[in-house]
Amino acid sequence: MSDLQSQDYIRRSASTLTPPSIRHHEQEVAKLIDVSRCIGCKACQSACMEWNDLRPEVGHFNGSYDNPQDLGPSTWTLMRFTEYENEQGNLEWLIRKDGCMHCEDPGCLKACPAPGAIVQYANGIVDFISENCIGCGYCVKGCPFNIPRINPVDHKSYKCTLCSDRVGVGLEPACVKACPTGAILFGSKSDMTDWAGERVAELKSRGFANAGLYDPPGVGGTHVMYVLHHADKPSLYAGLPDEPHISKFVGLWKSVIKPLAIAGIALTALAGFFHAIVVGPNETTSEDEEEARHLLPHADKKP
Amino acid sequence: MNRPKGTYIRNNTLARVNHWITAGCFVLLTLSGLSMFHPVLFFLSDLFGGGQWTRAVHPWIGVALLISYAGLIVQFWRDNFFSKDDLAWTLALDKVLRNEEEGVPPIGRFNAGQKLVFWAMTLLIPVLFLTGLVIWEVYFGEATSIEAQRVAVLIHSLAAIAAIIIWVVHVYAAIWVKGSIRAMTQGYVTAGWAYRHHRKWFKRLIETGSTGPTPNE
Repeated sequence: MSDLQSQDYIRRSASTLTPPSIRHHEQEVAKLIDVSRCIGCKACQSACMEWNDLRPEVGHFNGSYDNPQDLGPSTWTLMRFTEYENEQGNLEWLIRKDGCMHCEDPGCLKACPAPGAIVQYANGIVDFISENCIGCGYCVKGCPFNIPRINPVDHKSYKCTLCSDRVGVGLEPACVKACPTGAILFGSKSDMTDWAGERVAELKSRGFANAGLYDPPGVGGTHVMYVLHHADKPSLYAGLPDEPHISKFVGLWKSVIKPLAIAGIALTALAGFFHAIVVGPNETTSEDEEEARHLLPHADKKP
Repeated sequence: MNRPKGTYIRNNTLARVNHWITAGCFVLLTLSGLSMFHPVLFFLSDLFGGGQWTRAVHPWIGVALLISYAGLIVQFWRDNFFSKDDLAWTLALDKVLRNEEEGVPPIGRFNAGQKLVFWAMTLLIPVLFLTGLVIWEVYFGEATSIEAQRVAVLIHSLAAIAAIIIWVVHVYAAIWVKGSIRAMTQGYVTAGWAYRHHRKWFKRLIETGSTGPTPNE
C-alpha cells in the first residue's frame, strides 16, 4: 500500500521522531470475525484477491479444504479448517479466517529496521508501505501470529492491509463486503466489541459455555477480533495463539540492546578520544632506539 | 616494500594484505549492519545503494569476512597463546594506559590486549556467520523455525556490538601507540619500537639474527 495522507500515523517503524499527528479525531476501527457464523465458502478469500489484484499460484490438493495451504505474499487471508471432536464426541468443524490481526502493539512494526516501512494509522490499521520495505524479514520474527510473507521476486513483505485504501474512503474491507452470512463485520472497535458481547451471550445461551471474544491483551488488543465458541482454547482454531505476545527475544533485542549498544559504541569511542587528550600518544623515544642499539650484536652497533 | 636499514618486519606482505581485506569487510559490515540495527543510523544504507541493497549485500560481505579472517587465524594463532607474561602485563594495565613503559613487564610479539582482540574476533566472527546464516532471509528464511530466527537475530546483534566495541579499541590502540599503523601498512617497525613495546620478541629476533616477524618463542 502507499501512504494514506488522510490518516495520521500513530506508529511508524524505525523512527525516532513523532509522526505527523494533527488529525486526532479518527475512530479506532475493528473487523469482527464471528467464527460461529462462518460457513467456509471462501468468498472473503476471493474478494481479497479481487480487490487487491492478487493471484497466488494454483497449488495442489492436499486432502484438506485449506486452499492454498498457507498464507503467502499474494494470499493475505486464508480459511483454515479444523475438525474438532468435542467432549460429547461430536464433530465440530471450526473454520477460521486467518490473516493479519492488526495488533494495537504490532510486533512487526517493533522489529522493522526500515523507517516508514510499517506504519499504524490512527484508526488502528497496521500497514506495510512497500516502497520502504528492505526485505530483511524482521517483521516475520516480530509477528506473534506468523502472518507476514516475503515475496522472493521483489523481496518485499506482504500481508492484509485491512483494505486501508477502502477504509480510508469510508468503505468496509472487501472480505466484509463479500461475506454472505454476516460472519465478518466492520465498524468502530467499540461497536464491534459491543456486538461481539451480544453474540457471545447468544452462544452461551445455546450451550457454548466458553464462548467469548478474542481480543488478546498481550498485544494490546487487536483490530481484527474473533468471536469463538471455545474462547478458552483459541489454539483449537488451527493454532490461533492462546496468549499472543511479542517474543521476549524480540523485546530484548529492540527495547534493551538497541539503545544500550549504540551508547556502548559511542562511549568506547569517547573513552579513546579522551585518553588521547589526557594521556596522549605512546611514542618511541630516542632513548628506546639507543637502548635497542645496545642489545644489537657488536657489528651492527655502528651503522 | 622498501624497508629502511635497522628496522624489523612486524607483519609480512601476506599478513598485511589479509589484514586489510578483513578490515575492509569489517568496516563495510559495521556500516551496513548498524544501518539495519538502529534507525538513527539508517542513513548509512545510502552508502550501499539503499535499504534493499544493504540487506542484499551485507551477508555476502560476511562470507568474505569469514574466509578472510580464517586466513588471519592461520597466520597469527601461534603467537597468540596466553602465557604468564600476559598476566604480569595485565596486572600492570594501569601503567600501560598511562604510557609508563618503565613499569610494564616485557612481552613477546603480542601483548594480552592484542591477544584478546585476536581471540574475541576468532570467537565472534564464526558466531556472527552462523547466526547470520539463520537470518539470511533470501536463502535460509524457510530453513529454520521463526523462534530460532528470533534467537539468532538477538545473538547476532549482541555479537556484532561486542565485535564493534573491540574493533574501536583495536583502532584506537593503533592510533595511540605510534608506529603501529606503519607496522600494518608498510610492515616494519624500528628497533626502538620493538624494544619499547615487545622486548622479548625483539631479543628473540636479535638472538636468532632474524629480521622478523618470526621467531617469537
